[in-house]
Amino acid sequence: MLGISSIPILKLRDFLIVSIQIDLHDRMAEQLQQDILEQISQTQAKGVLIDISALEMVDSFIGRILADTARMASTLDSEIVIVGMQPAVAITLIELGLSLGGVRTALNLDEGYELLQQTLEEKASEEQTSGEALAEEADEAGSD
Amino acid sequence: MRLVQIREEQDIVRARTTAKEAACELGFGLVDQTRISTAVSELARNIFLYAGEGDARIEELENPHAGLRITFTDKGPGIEDVELAMKDGWSSSKSMGKGLPGAKRLCDRMEIYSKPAQGTTVIIEKWLLQ
Repeated sequence: MLGISSIPILKLRDFLIVSIQIDLHDRMAEQLQQDILEQISQTQAKGVLIDISALEMVDSFIGRILADTARMASTLDSEIVIVGMQPAVAITLIELGLSLGGVRTALNLDEGYELLQQTLEEKASEEQTSGEALAEEADEAGSD
Repeated sequence: MRLVQIREEQDIVRARTTAKEAACELGFGLVDQTRISTAVSELARNIFLYAGEGDARIEELENPHAGLRITFTDKGPGIEDVELAMKDGWSSSKSMGKGLPGAKRLCDRMEIYSKPAQGTTVIIEKWLLQ
């Protein structure tokens, strides 16, 4: 178990798994954000799955924390996928006017895991292609 | 009637949990329970952030609509321009500016009474539709 907020952060190979099982008060949500980012940095996790299936509501504060955490993680070269949002929570979030812009979501842990794997493969092949393109450019420059 | 005193940050959680319980007992469905607890969370947080302390009073409504009424009162700095505060995206703090207009969309009725330096009262209602 990693982290100092009372919410455990588990490491599984390249990923971190966080399951929020309690009603988050504001300070706890901020602490969790900090813990996740510290764990990404320490473990160099490539992705994080955050399970919110037990969360009975997401208000503007928790929504902002989740969206910010996802953006911050991506600056640390890690991808966050939020999984398991209850339908009533999804309806309420949209009515409240929150879009969770740019945060990736999946129905459950299984699909979230697939999504993370897929994203990492795409990222790797993009890096490879851009690497090859650079090498070709270098070749052409050399032959001129 | 249930009264939740908002004095510290964790009272925001107590307010929304108490409102959700009341909604559940009155027969509101899960989506409406979630709307109510989310709106209460936003408004209780406003009290905590802007006034420091205040009360949330949760009451059952019978006429003309069966449902729930929640009254939030504080003696904080008040809202200078209620109309402006109701605009989406406007916020006087670092929050997202969804609090008041967002809460209004989740309810069937919302009224705000506020005077600078005297405090704020926000009333929300959610009706049980037969």
